[in-house]
Amino acid sequence: MEHIRMPKVENVRLLDRLSSRRAVVGTLYLTATHVIFVENGSETRKETWVLHSQISSIEKQATTATGCPLLIRCKNFQVIQLVIPQERDCHDVYISLIRLARPVKYEELYCFSFNPKLDKEEREQGWKLVDLNEEYNRMGVPNNYWQISDVNRDYGVCDSYPTEVYVPKSATAHIIVGSSKFRSRRRFPALSYYCKGNNASICRSSQPLSGFSARCLEDEQMLQAIRKANPGSDFIYVVDTRPKLNAMANRAAGKGYENEDNYSNIKFQFIGIENIHVMRNSLQKMLEVCELKSPSMSDFLWGLENSGWLKHIKAIMDAGIFIAKAVAEEGVSVLVHCSDGWDRTAQVCSVASLLLDPYYRTMKGFMVLIEKDWISFGHKFNHRYGNLDGDPKEISPVIDQFIECVWQLMEQFPCAFEFNERFLIHIQHHIYSCQFGNFLCNSQKERRELKIKERTYSLWAHLWKNRADYLNPLYRSDHSQTQGTLHPQITPCNFLYKFWSGMYNRFEKGLHPRQSVTDYLMAVKEETQQLEEELEVLQERLANLQKSQSGDNKVKSKQQDRSKQTGLYTSNNSLANTPQEYSNDLKSFPSRSPSQGDEEDSALILTQDNLKSSDPDLSANSDQESGVEDLSCRSPSGGGCLPSEDSGKDSDEAVFLAG
Amino acid sequence: LLRSSQPLTGPNRRRCREDEKLLGSILDEGERGFIIDTRSAQAAKQARMGGGGTEPKSSYPQWRRLHRALDRGRQLQESFVRLVEVCAEPTLSMDRWLSRLDGSRWLSHVKAALSTACLAAQCLDREDSNVLVHGAEGTDTTLLVTALAQLILDPSCRTLEGFQGLLEREWIQAGHPFQLRCARSASSHARGKQEAPLFLLFLDCVWQLSRQFPLSLEFGERLLLTLFDNAYASSYGTFLCNNEKERSLCKVKESTHSLWAWLNQPQEKPKFLNPLYSHNPLVIWPSVEPQSIQLWQGLFLRWIRPSQHLDEAWVEIQRLVEG
Repeated sequence: MEHIRMPKVENVRLLDRLSSRRAVVGTLYLTATHVIFVENGSETRKETWVLHSQISSIEKQATTATGCPLLIRCKNFQVIQLVIPQERDCHDVYISLIRLARPVKYEELYCFSFNPKLDKEEREQGWKLVDLNEEYNRMGVPNNYWQISDVNRDYGVCDSYPTEVYVPKSATAHIIVGSSKFRSRRRFPALSYYCKGNNASICRSSQPLSGFSARCLEDEQMLQAIRKANPGSDFIYVVDTRPKLNAMANRAAGKGYENEDNYSNIKFQFIGIENIHVMRNSLQKMLEVCELKSPSMSDFLWGLENSGWLKHIKAIMDAGIFIAKAVAEEGVSVLVHCSDGWDRTAQVCSVASLLLDPYYRTMKGFMVLIEKDWISFGHKFNHRYGNLDGDPKEISPVIDQFIECVWQLMEQFPCAFEFNERFLIHIQHHIYSCQFGNFLCNSQKERRELKIKERTYSLWAHLWKNRADYLNPLYRSDHSQTQGTLHPQITPCNFLYKFWSGMYNRFEKGLHPRQSVTDYLMAVKEETQQLEEELEVLQERLANLQKSQSGDNKVKSKQQDRSKQTGLYTSNNSLANTPQEYSNDLKSFPSRSPSQGDEEDSALILTQDNLKSSDPDLSANSDQESGVEDLSCRSPSGGGCLPSEDSGKDSDEAVFLAG
Repeated sequence: LLRSSQPLTGPNRRRCREDEKLLGSILDEGERGFIIDTRSAQAAKQARMGGGGTEPKSSYPQWRRLHRALDRGRQLQESFVRLVEVCAEPTLSMDRWLSRLDGSRWLSHVKAALSTACLAAQCLDREDSNVLVHGAEGTDTTLLVTALAQLILDPSCRTLEGFQGLLEREWIQAGHPFQLRCARSASSHARGKQEAPLFLLFLDCVWQLSRQFPLSLEFGERLLLTLFDNAYASSYGTFLCNNEKERSLCKVKESTHSLWAWLNQPQEKPKFLNPLYSHNPLVIWPSVEPQSIQLWQGLFLRWIRPSQHLDEAWVEIQRLVEG
């Protein structure tokens, strides 16, 4: 609390980022873990909560007549524009937030104070939900070809690897240690995925320290061992996910890639995914496009293309497809690496696994996949997502890209995943929120040292508890799409990559389809189930009555009105039925509905009892025609808020602003 | 909501008492109305040289004029052709796909059309004002705007039957020159001077509405594709000729079958229904932000994109809804 200069500021305006005329006045609070804005007004005291961990940047803008603007950008793509009346208050808030958003000690993070009111046993159970040993067993290892190795039991060989890794049967401890000395960060080749159908495997490592001509017998033996673990093939692919130029440049630094001459029976392949700096810049550029005020179609499309974002997503996907094909169709094992084997390698291995194995497309399986290829294999969550204040050059949206690949696949294969878009968005949110302990630190070793499992809670348990919200109604475990390998179309396929407005414009509800097919179908499914259960009960009753043949005919038949969930969907309708601002292209006029906190997300993400979920406050604004006519809408009561006949009983309003 | 063609003001600023009276009679004392002119202010002014023009404020004092330039004619056809070309290019890299897509300007036209229709709807619904829409001839962008506005405002237009009625009223009987506009489509080398995909633009806008409000239209994409097909080449007489007069002269009703009759047959109709439909009595206001407007892949990539998994999804939806 010592960093908070000003715990409370009154008369702060929260601007609608898109409609500068709409602003709500309220009070701003700073706590040890959150920034909270509470709207004034008797009826709906709508609250906007932002975790400090989510804050990506804070911008103090030039003071105007109305006050001092403060722009908060979040890692989950929420953007909050505040106007604080007094400049010195604004400055104090700014300074406080700067410090609060850049913690230096892990103990400052929310997960250490978050209390979902579970007992010790429940906390423990939560952490046991995802068990990697079970997972490897499910895959089919250990077996004749693969064994578990504890050579790293004290993190003595590689401090960013887990204590238990799976290696080929013929890889002795000596080979593993030798190979680790020849790999960047000691990250030796280890098993990521085993395909029991044909013994092909996906292994992962970092780049070899080969320089221009160095060799290492043990490393070569390691790759041989991987090849021998798959009797169905006489070679393995070695896939370097970097652009060829970068890999070659690494040779000058004593690193590099595998020389086909030195390693017998390998086929080497570059796949060319750019590095973390390129990706960081790409995301930055794309977010700038998202922040444009009333962009034209050209502004948007050109901006999106210039960012290169979708191109990068496609590159990751293409790599995953290549590897999945090698394993499933050719039955050839693949060794994947990039530079350090913890970014692009993780992305590509997990995409490939998702394509190959339908288990990872289930909710549980997906959590297992992230636990395996990201958490256990030492993806640097702290550095990449800024748990603690660190080097800004380490920040990069690596897992965000993987999550987007999953979404792109969900769009192409709507029946193939057990979970829905909301699941992905919430996972992304929590990677940055530090509300749970799963994504802290840079390695398993660091997490054990901090005793994360004893001091924090697991996100997986939380998501699992709420799994009804994350289901995909179109998923059937016995459906053609859910069996076996997914085969995304490779070419032509540019059009298959869509801009994910659900993620990058997450808090701008007006932009998305205003009626949720997922929610509707889930409700239909639920009702169908309920009706079926009731039908069973009634049929039983009928059977009993017929048996007893008594004259007692008190069968209660419930009148079920199958008129589809009209009660459920009036709220959706009123959400849908709120006008945007339809403006002349000449004037830079926002034509979107106001951005608001995501009500359902707030309820699920912040398990605070006092959190008020609220209806998004969408309103109509007058249109303006520049050059010819000023279309000002006047309300009879002069500027007040009137409920329009469109709005349902929920609080949509038509705001008529006097010209 | 009214529609017309442009007033023949001409370079000498002619007046027509009857026209002024007609427009005047629509509005009550002190009421104001809006005229949405689908030409730019400049184009409308220039039209005077050709004998056309706009309604001068002095002669139509209760009406306020708004200009929303919507492309039509040659420009729109070129846009369509370019889009089809981009979609058909097999070697186009991801680096260039979006800029080439934008280069066709098609999505910009969709955005502009929807925005204008929403403006008209807003005037009617939020301003409680009468609206007159016209461009030059009143047969192209005018109909685009009035038909879309009705879809946005009126839930009865969103039923299968209501939609057919809308098409019949606002496109066919209103005299959209289908024969001239839908002669050859995008791939032909012959470029008819009068060829322009206004009706396709309308269908695209309807598709955008269905994407943003998936529960609010009683019909699905299949109907829109069928309408597109039949506008250009049809076994039925519904889209023949350019107006009711021509159809009468050609004895279309006596010599051909109606598309609507076929669609509404009990064995055909279910194919065109949207299983997610649930009557929505309210106005539906679409977002016209670039993120909200998407390429209608079902039409423009109809033969290119893999549809199998999407079809399976619809089968699953149907199954769920039928319970």
